[in-house]
Amino acid sequence: MNKARRNPVNVFAAHAVLIVYTLIALFPVFVIIVNSFKTRKAIFREPLALPGSDSFSMIGYQTVMKQGDFVLYFQNSMIVTVASLFFILLFGAMAAFALSEYRFRGNTLMGLYLALGIMIPIRIGTVAILELMVQTGLVNTLLALILVYTAQGLPLAVFILSEFMRQVSDDLKNAGRIDGLSEYTIFFRLVLPLVRPAMATVAVFNMIPIWNDLWFPLILAPSEGTKTLTLGSQVFIGQFVTDWNAVLSALSLAILPVLVLYVIFSRQLIRGITSGAVK
Amino acid sequence: MTALSLTNLNKSFGPVKVLKDIDLTVEDGEFVVFVGPSGCGKSTLLRVIAGLEDATSGDIEIGGSNVNTTPPAKRGIAMVFQSYALYPHLNVRDNMALALKQEGQTKAEIEKRVAEASRMLSLEPYLDRRPSELSGGQRQRVAIGRAVVREPKLFLFDEPLSNLDAALRMNTRLEIAKLHRQLAASMIYVTHDQTEAMTLADRIVVLRDGRVEQVGTPMELYNNPANRFVAEFLGAPSMNFVPSEKLGGPAGEDVGIRPEHVQIVETAGRLSGTVIHVEQLGGDTNVIVDIGSEAPFTVRLFGQYAVEPGTEVHLGFEDAKTYRFGSDGTRLG
Repeated sequence: MNKARRNPVNVFAAHAVLIVYTLIALFPVFVIIVNSFKTRKAIFREPLALPGSDSFSMIGYQTVMKQGDFVLYFQNSMIVTVASLFFILLFGAMAAFALSEYRFRGNTLMGLYLALGIMIPIRIGTVAILELMVQTGLVNTLLALILVYTAQGLPLAVFILSEFMRQVSDDLKNAGRIDGLSEYTIFFRLVLPLVRPAMATVAVFNMIPIWNDLWFPLILAPSEGTKTLTLGSQVFIGQFVTDWNAVLSALSLAILPVLVLYVIFSRQLIRGITSGAVK
Repeated sequence: MTALSLTNLNKSFGPVKVLKDIDLTVEDGEFVVFVGPSGCGKSTLLRVIAGLEDATSGDIEIGGSNVNTTPPAKRGIAMVFQSYALYPHLNVRDNMALALKQEGQTKAEIEKRVAEASRMLSLEPYLDRRPSELSGGQRQRVAIGRAVVREPKLFLFDEPLSNLDAALRMNTRLEIAKLHRQLAASMIYVTHDQTEAMTLADRIVVLRDGRVEQVGTPMELYNNPANRFVAEFLGAPSMNFVPSEKLGGPAGEDVGIRPEHVQIVETAGRLSGTVIHVEQLGGDTNVIVDIGSEAPFTVRLFGQYAVEPGTEVHLGFEDAKTYRFGSDGTRLG
């Protein structure tokens, strides 16, 4: 920022607002992580206190590790999220490329059709999806979840990516054509690297709802071998007794991978923005 | 042999006709410039020749063979784009080598051609740099180099100098002219800048609204324009038009006079008016005079003259150096 235009009061106010917002946003996460390291009694006695020498306990994590196959749940969530993101980005980008690059009959109509999914929540079709999965024998497989999440993520991906792909220079694509590159090479080598920031945005938008989803894992893949982390954590929440230590520990563990993925994608996001800013 | 021949070429986007009945031949080794105002279809014509757009009807022959259905890469052409269109993820060497790799040339051949082209365009120090590390002029040279290494039957340039600043534009223009002499290759060059057209072309094709208005050498077009549009488009400052009646001629006609053919005279001349602006360019002086017709009248004087805005001047010119145009823009004499 220009030094002459920097007003200490404004700077202070802006920082104060941002810091307050950060505290509010991080507070639940803080409570979860802090309490996951405490004994059950300590959690209810002083929920906001940091774990001390008498209240510190790893009992929650021990329960989580013993009860059920938590590593497997983790793996399932990871597979479902990463595979869904991969397919959303691949198919979304390909559809977006076709819509923005080629003139064909019904192009606009197709674009609208593909974007329609943004307005209609996929959960409305749960019963039909379940019937379909039963008939195709996909119930209790991770593939069922991956397919549903891919379908859920595609409309927004196509919508966002086709806007960005329109901005990629026509000359560049034409230069590739004249040099004899195939349409696939043009797409993968020339266009995709240039829309990387948009891809990262789409990935971040889709990743968190998929990772946190309870609905479809519960309905389509509730078997022991295909449980996701969110579903797996539910065993600690009972109708009469809830093992808070275990729930909080499970949640703390569940934050980690999604945080790592987010950091990876958001770095792409920032790199994309700054690389375009300086000509 | 003809490098390119277009027969009855038409192109429409939906109901809009962009190119109308274009017939044109480009001889081997010729430098042809397509020139016209924006939206006249010159870039579309180039893209149709390149194969990036399909013609709606008509025939395109490059080097004697019909290429109507040949994909761009197999037409034996190379194209230089206005926005350079370099591959951002490749260094200069690989940018130039990519098309050759796609053609399946041997490594030794690729190396030889890239070395030759980079020597010709003095790109040797930059071969390992990425496009983002180059200046605008260097980028455009790489883009030209990428075309040169392919040794095409026909070079296509799509406004290659528009993104460069004035000094660089002049240098690169000279470089392209030099390149044309060295390679003796057939080239088609699209521009809206009449200076580029006049200085580079063996032949100029003036386009308007998707139609060819006139084809000829720069001097033919300058000295003998077929119609008012061509007369007005070529030459800077552009030609003055005065209603015939003002000079004692028949109504409904216009007389065109080039600014350099007019003198400021002492005694009452054929026309007179008030100076409204003076442009001192050092080498010559443009005096803009209000003679009472719609458009201001420009007089180009060679050398430096001190003329004050607001002074009354008399203008003289020879009838032999005027052009007569009908109300529909056709040339009468």
